[in-house]
Amino acid sequence: MSLLRTVELRKRFGALSACDGVNFTVEKGEFLSLVGSNGAGKTTLVNLITAHVQPDSGQILFEDRDITSMTVAARINAGIARSFQLVNLFDGLSVFDNVALSIFARDGKTAKIATLAANDGEVRRETREVLAEFGLAAKSELPAGELAQGERKLLDVAVAYALRPKLLFLDEPTSGVSSAEKAQIMDTVSSVVRSGAVTAVVIEHDMDVVFRYSDRIVMMHEGSFLADGPPDAIRANEAVASILLGISTPA
Amino acid sequence: MKAAAIALPRFQTRLWPYAGGVIGLVVLASIPEILGLYQTQLLTYGLIMAIAALGFNLLLGYTGLLSFGHSGYFGLGAYTVAFLLQWLGIHSMELYILLGLPIAAIVSALFGYICVRHTRIFFGILTLALSQVLYSLALKFFWVTGGSDGLRVPRPTLLAGMIDFAGSGGFPRFIRSYYYYVLGVFIVSAAIMWVIVHSPFGKALQAIRDNETRARFLGLRVRRFRWGAFLLSGTFTALAGILWVPLNGLTTPDVLYWPFSGEIVFMTLLGGFRNFSGPIVGGIAFTFIKTYAVASTEYWQLLLGTVLVVLILLLPTGIVGALSQIVRRLLAVEKS
Repeated sequence: MSLLRTVELRKRFGALSACDGVNFTVEKGEFLSLVGSNGAGKTTLVNLITAHVQPDSGQILFEDRDITSMTVAARINAGIARSFQLVNLFDGLSVFDNVALSIFARDGKTAKIATLAANDGEVRRETREVLAEFGLAAKSELPAGELAQGERKLLDVAVAYALRPKLLFLDEPTSGVSSAEKAQIMDTVSSVVRSGAVTAVVIEHDMDVVFRYSDRIVMMHEGSFLADGPPDAIRANEAVASILLGISTPA
Repeated sequence: MKAAAIALPRFQTRLWPYAGGVIGLVVLASIPEILGLYQTQLLTYGLIMAIAALGFNLLLGYTGLLSFGHSGYFGLGAYTVAFLLQWLGIHSMELYILLGLPIAAIVSALFGYICVRHTRIFFGILTLALSQVLYSLALKFFWVTGGSDGLRVPRPTLLAGMIDFAGSGGFPRFIRSYYYYVLGVFIVSAAIMWVIVHSPFGKALQAIRDNETRARFLGLRVRRFRWGAFLLSGTFTALAGILWVPLNGLTTPDVLYWPFSGEIVFMTLLGGFRNFSGPIVGGIAFTFIKTYAVASTEYWQLLLGTVLVVLILLLPTGIVGALSQIVRRLLAVEKS
């Protein structure tokens, strides 16, 4: 049984077919990278699976359950979480509260109005654990808006990870950070994902990063899949190589 | 001096807010003895406005929704008291509060249900429109509401009828007792509001304020939270209206009219909407500034307008925001 399966998923934006009958599967426990040039439909595919965008046709099955018409909240409860390409944090809240809120939301505790958030020992302990895993413990009292770009990216992932999803989508977790920070972010992300037995689907442009961390790579081009396989097979694939060259050579 | 500041252990700096709170309470409790009747009365008004602004700021500062209709909830509280007196002959302040709050909560829930379907300017306009509906009703249904003459509310009894103000010397006795009464209600309301904004619910509101999309992707049902915040906010502001009317002795449609909504916004900005205590400081400061402006010049609106412009240009974070910035800078200088 695949963790996630899409059946002939389609989405058009005007004349552009962002997702053209995609049959996508994710197996439990893998670290999968979704690659392809800009506009290939990677983010649209993730948006469709996370209910950020509704499909024109097709089906999405999660653990063999049809979730195509489920709301965002219902899919999160089912175990699908995501981070965003452009960092999406609660800038006015502390780093600690960003993660804590995620845990409160997951545990259905956000309706609690008569108790102080800081008095929930269980949530506090788990928040500290998550922050430690992501190397953000020292910054926990800072407002999220005051973090450096690399730390913001990590926190963005930490907030999604703290929901303890079964399937976690990360949309370009390393975009806009220096290459030194990239490795640090990906090391952190891949180690927590593996230790927490979370399945991760990562959209990524940096092919060095992709080849180094992925179990499997899926290449998208103009709304459909061009290649799908382990890193070595993808590296050997000529069609992929030609498009990758197109990406890496400035026009 | 410098060395002492550095040597100050961490727990001791943490005690400062509590020490400040205790000193503040002692000062507040001795106000009637120090300042006399008139200032005490003004401060009572100030504390009432502080409650109204605290309620308003749950929406503005913590949920990111700017309401231009909070006069509606204030007036709702005031008129509810007047009706309770007129129709049911109730004279007890406690009954005014106990019966007035559920009514305010129901109306806030109803209005909120409509308003939170939108955000930003659309939300603001809806709140404004709904408060104007209440204003028109109060003005036009004069056989019920007294029209522009309003309704009189004499001094109620306090503490389940144990304290009443009949007979001679009732007024000064009322002002003194009512000050303590309002102070008590204010402390309880501020404490409740403090717990609300620091609860998981309050954190969720702030998250929605900062980033609605991300909040949705934590599984939060954004509209429900906004509705909850609206309900609480309206009810708090109505509580201020309930407390206000016996002190004023009269409620007129003016308290429902939109300029008063603007005053509530003004108070909150004056104190600072990014700080919990901002609306409190703003509510009290505004009451005194306005009173003295009205007394000193017939162009008092010009004076208040100038204050507002200066405020927005020089102190965008309000009095409390600016003060805490100064304190932080001083601490940073001492440390370096």
